[in-house]
Amino acid sequence: MIELSNIHRDFKVGDQSVHALDNINLSIHPGEYISIMGPSGSGKSTLLNLIGLLDSASKGTYLLNQQDVTVLHEREKAAIRSQTIGFVFQAFHLIPRLTAAENIELPLILAGIAPEQRQPRVQKAISDTGLSDRADHTPDQLSGGQRQRVAIARATIMQPKILLADEPTGNLDQKSGQDVIAILEQLNQQGISLIIVTHDAHIGLRAKRQIQMLDGRIQSDSHLNSNPGTSPGTSPPRQDQANASSHT
Amino acid sequence: MPAAIHDSIHFSWTALRAYPARTLLMLIAMAIGVAAVIILTALGDGARRYIASEFSSLGTNLVLVFPGYSKTSGLGSLAMVNATPRDLTLNDAQALSRNSNIRRIAPMNIGSVNASFGGRSREVPVIGTSHEFLKLRHWQLAQGSFLPVTDLDRATPVCVIGSKIQNELFTAQSPLGQWLRLGERRFRVIGVLATEGRSIGIDVQDIIIIPVASAQQLFNTPSLFRILVEAKNRFAIKPVKQFIIEQLKQRHQGKRDVTVITQDAVLATFDRILSTLTYAVGGIAAISLAVAGILIMNVMLVAVSQRKTEIGLLKALGAPQTQIIHLILFEAMMLSALGAVLGLILGELGCYALRQFFPELPAYAPLWALLASMAVSLLAGLVFSLLPARQAARLDPVLALTGK
Repeated sequence: MIELSNIHRDFKVGDQSVHALDNINLSIHPGEYISIMGPSGSGKSTLLNLIGLLDSASKGTYLLNQQDVTVLHEREKAAIRSQTIGFVFQAFHLIPRLTAAENIELPLILAGIAPEQRQPRVQKAISDTGLSDRADHTPDQLSGGQRQRVAIARATIMQPKILLADEPTGNLDQKSGQDVIAILEQLNQQGISLIIVTHDAHIGLRAKRQIQMLDGRIQSDSHLNSNPGTSPGTSPPRQDQANASSHT
Repeated sequence: MPAAIHDSIHFSWTALRAYPARTLLMLIAMAIGVAAVIILTALGDGARRYIASEFSSLGTNLVLVFPGYSKTSGLGSLAMVNATPRDLTLNDAQALSRNSNIRRIAPMNIGSVNASFGGRSREVPVIGTSHEFLKLRHWQLAQGSFLPVTDLDRATPVCVIGSKIQNELFTAQSPLGQWLRLGERRFRVIGVLATEGRSIGIDVQDIIIIPVASAQQLFNTPSLFRILVEAKNRFAIKPVKQFIIEQLKQRHQGKRDVTVITQDAVLATFDRILSTLTYAVGGIAAISLAVAGILIMNVMLVAVSQRKTEIGLLKALGAPQTQIIHLILFEAMMLSALGAVLGLILGELGCYALRQFFPELPAYAPLWALLASMAVSLLAGLVFSLLPARQAARLDPVLALTGK
């Protein structure tokens, strides 16, 4: 479903060029549960943004459902984000002046779906996330865990194939974090492809496939150990992943 | 696919409500601009209507004859009154009366003399004219009678006085039948003018009217200040004007040395001047709308940078650039539309207050000013938010989401 080959992403910082992503080759199948781990600046968020079409590669090709998305126009990329990809952010990014229900409804509004079709979907999403009694509350009246549940409901209201979560538990206490991870994993069991970027080894190790990044390169990919040969690249020993916990 | 209108309204409305201080400031700026246009044009147009009603109070279907002639038409001739090559005389006035298109004719002399009665005296403007003057000017009598019907050249020693003269010179007693001294001559008071009459430059309450021949003796002049002619109807105005010019040319050895202006022409000139003035003040006031527009741009630029993460989020949720532009434009348009409506209310209230303070000035804003101020404020809102909207649309979503 996702096919990244020879992806580079360079940033210009002053007169220096920084390689945020350096020759990334990655293949992701529908329904996979992947964690991307690595220290700060290792390029894991950049990789996630690139997969989510918020960022584009300096070099290389990205096939999404057999379609080369590197050549698409802004409007076409926006349409793919709307229909195929859901985002969950560390800072939740709820709009503070809208209620929980209105925040969840937002992607439907942006997609131009009629109000009478929106309401049942929003109602269902609210009850699915267990926020029925919080629907009319604004984000500042919700706890961190509740906010992230609203954000997840918003990310999945368009029924995307891919859910991208960037440090989804970074701003939460452990209990709320576990709840959020449980919801995300449940969504994955229902068939959505889940990609989580995290510092937290405990969360990262739960994923069926774990990717370690360092200096813009994929250091290890547990998938390659079980399916060698699908993608070029080195596969360092597994114990490297344990080091990731030292960064959290 | 653009979001539906009511969704845009709701979204923008929540945004406007979320920043009440900035929204209020913007609304006030726009409202002041619109109100300024409405009030200033109401003043200009009110002045135009005021002048128009003043002119029609002069009389109806009037043709005015001045001595002297200059090539410029209309009001320019007023400046020529003093440089007279040949005087208008009573005979001229009499010669004009023989035309079926003319209903009334009143020669007119004007001057200022000392009026005294008993121990009191004061300087008073005096008009010498004929008995037709009263009806020609649509004035009313409070008591007594107006000048008697006589030949124009008979100097009957009678006078009609304004109510202010009555109050000041005669105080409590009835002026009718009393002898009033004007200069070196004595006139018997036969009537008092009602206070209702109004006319440009003349306070009806503060004048004395005597027969034109008496006035010529009093002022020691054979000439007339002007001749007022009332045409039979609106369609007779042109032939009457032509007739007067021809007749006086004949009488003055074939020289055209009088100026004949019609009330219509004077009115049209004033109308033109005051309409231009109204457009001008309206235009000047519209500058404040442009200023409000620039303020909108400023505010929207701040709004875009304040809400970077929100714009980044909208992009992540699949909003294309055009949709972001639409949302920002819509918000600005809503802001200026609300401001315009507020300004409309403010302006109409201002006009109402003006009418309360100056009852004789019909200060109503013309329709074109209302429509134009609305249109200009919406246009300013649109044009000046294009730049902020484009800036928002071009934000890099990754950077915007981190608030950079």
